[in-house]
Amino acid sequence: MADYLLKLYVTGRTPRSEKAIANLRRICDEELHGQYEMQIIDVLEHPQLAEDEKILATPTLIKRLPPPLRRVIGDLSDTEKVLLGLDVWPETPTASGDDDA
Amino acid sequence: MSQHPHREAVQKLATGIASFDMIAEGGLPRNRTTLVSGTAGSGKTVFAVHFLAAGIAAGENGVFVTFEEPPRDIRENMRGFGWDLEEWEHDGTLALVDASPDPDVEVIEAGSFDLGALLARVENAVKKVGAKRVSIDSLGAMFSQFQDESLVRRELFRVAWALKRMGVTAVMTAERTEDYGPIARFGVEEFIADNVMVLRNVLDEEKRRRTIEILKFRGTGHQKGEFPFTIVANEGVVVIPLSAIQLRQRSSDVRITSGNDELDAMCGGGFFRDSVTLVSGATGTGKTLTVTQFLAGGAAAGERCLLLAFEESRDQLVRNATGWGMDFERMEREGRLKVVCDYPEVAGLEDWLIRIKTTIEEFKPDRVALDSLSALERGGNLKGFREFVIGVTSFLKHQEVTGLFTSTTPSLMGGPSITESHISTLTDSIILLRYVETFGEMKRGITVLKMRGSGHDKDIREFNIDAHGMHLGRPFRHVTGILAGAPVHVSPGDVERVWSHFDAEVSRAAGPRPG
Repeated sequence: MADYLLKLYVTGRTPRSEKAIANLRRICDEELHGQYEMQIIDVLEHPQLAEDEKILATPTLIKRLPPPLRRVIGDLSDTEKVLLGLDVWPETPTASGDDDA
Repeated sequence: MSQHPHREAVQKLATGIASFDMIAEGGLPRNRTTLVSGTAGSGKTVFAVHFLAAGIAAGENGVFVTFEEPPRDIRENMRGFGWDLEEWEHDGTLALVDASPDPDVEVIEAGSFDLGALLARVENAVKKVGAKRVSIDSLGAMFSQFQDESLVRRELFRVAWALKRMGVTAVMTAERTEDYGPIARFGVEEFIADNVMVLRNVLDEEKRRRTIEILKFRGTGHQKGEFPFTIVANEGVVVIPLSAIQLRQRSSDVRITSGNDELDAMCGGGFFRDSVTLVSGATGTGKTLTVTQFLAGGAAAGERCLLLAFEESRDQLVRNATGWGMDFERMEREGRLKVVCDYPEVAGLEDWLIRIKTTIEEFKPDRVALDSLSALERGGNLKGFREFVIGVTSFLKHQEVTGLFTSTTPSLMGGPSITESHISTLTDSIILLRYVETFGEMKRGITVLKMRGSGHDKDIREFNIDAHGMHLGRPFRHVTGILAGAPVHVSPGDVERVWSHFDAEVSRAAGPRPG
């Protein structure tokens, strides 16, 4: 059973969407050690899902589990902010990926 | 299809808000977005929802996008106007897009983003219900949700553009900080600059006054300037299109009785059918009596009469009438009379205008008496009062109802009155009632000062009041200065001399003529 349930809402296959997906994968692999489940939802294909979750901005990352529920918007290039949103504190403060691609 | 492909003129979409369509000369520009800007509490949300409600009533479905209030608040607030949003959502005639901020969820910005999801949701909602109308309320709230103003502006522009592509007519509301100042905050007018309306809620002489103004409709016409409007329960936005209704008045030459034969004679045969008469006088000079006999005269002729009383209670009015030999209660039983008594302070002047119109539309009277305008004047500022009188007057004429208004002069002996000086030009006829002091005795005088479109008796006549009403007597021949409030006696000798001057003039003018 995964510790983290994450949903990422994107609009189509735009560069920004791809970047957000890649950033999220990298952060999760590095920090969550595989203990996560990730769903990617394209709001252009499923606008009703965006409606249900009241999504405005894309990309939007929702951390469903564990509580508290959190939202992070943007292409997730700011790793520190993403970790803040996931309530994850890096084990070694110096360890950070080169996210400024 | 015979439609010309290069049709240039912008077409209008009749909103269904009849009074608004009148000043908008047909409605909002079709297939375009109109910016509705206003300060807090100016009625933006009510207008935005009314636009959709009127559409749904006409079979055009709608989408409401809320950036500010949560949907449950809107559903609740709009119920008072008779708009059941939940029912419409259930029927599939309305879709709500909730873009209101959720205070419980913290949003962290981590990199660049756009509002693609919002656009997808709006498009989805429009498709889902087959919407022809969209209201977005309000743009300012969007700017407070996100830090980057230029991004929000760009994204809202995309939304406006998408709405146009989908062929819907839209209203977007926006805040402004002052009633007279920049059109809107955050520069939103830059991306929806084609059609701009302003709602105002101005504090003037301690009274609130709502106005609506269409600043521009690109490529199409509209009435210019500010029009007063009001927000009415079970109805919504009601604009008072002053100049528009005045154009449609007709003039009648049918005479009706004032309820007093002698007064009819003074007026050259009675009041005109579609005229409005002002009766002015100090307290106790007989204004309410003039009103009472006007109503009784109408009822006796088989007409329906409406009395709007703002000074005296029902019981008092009935008692007064009985004292003058007129039976209000019987007239009411026979359906010839309706008495509406209220305190002028319970509503603003715009609301009174709407209430009076509604009462008239429901009761369909042939004559309406309003006692008194002075009591209502306290409820608004000067401009608002003038507009109220114009509104009532033009409505009565349009409905071909005879009107009689009273106005109380502040000074017992006459002199100018504030009420009169501002409305005397708006009424067709003016009757003055004045106290006249003669040799230590108070008498009452009546004169017809103005009677549009008719000759009339120019004398100031004495009258007295008994158990059968008003009785006109002889003219005051030996008193001058009655209207100025300073009666002065002139000896019969002086009067003779003045008359002989006139006679001399007349005979001299007639003299040289042969035959």
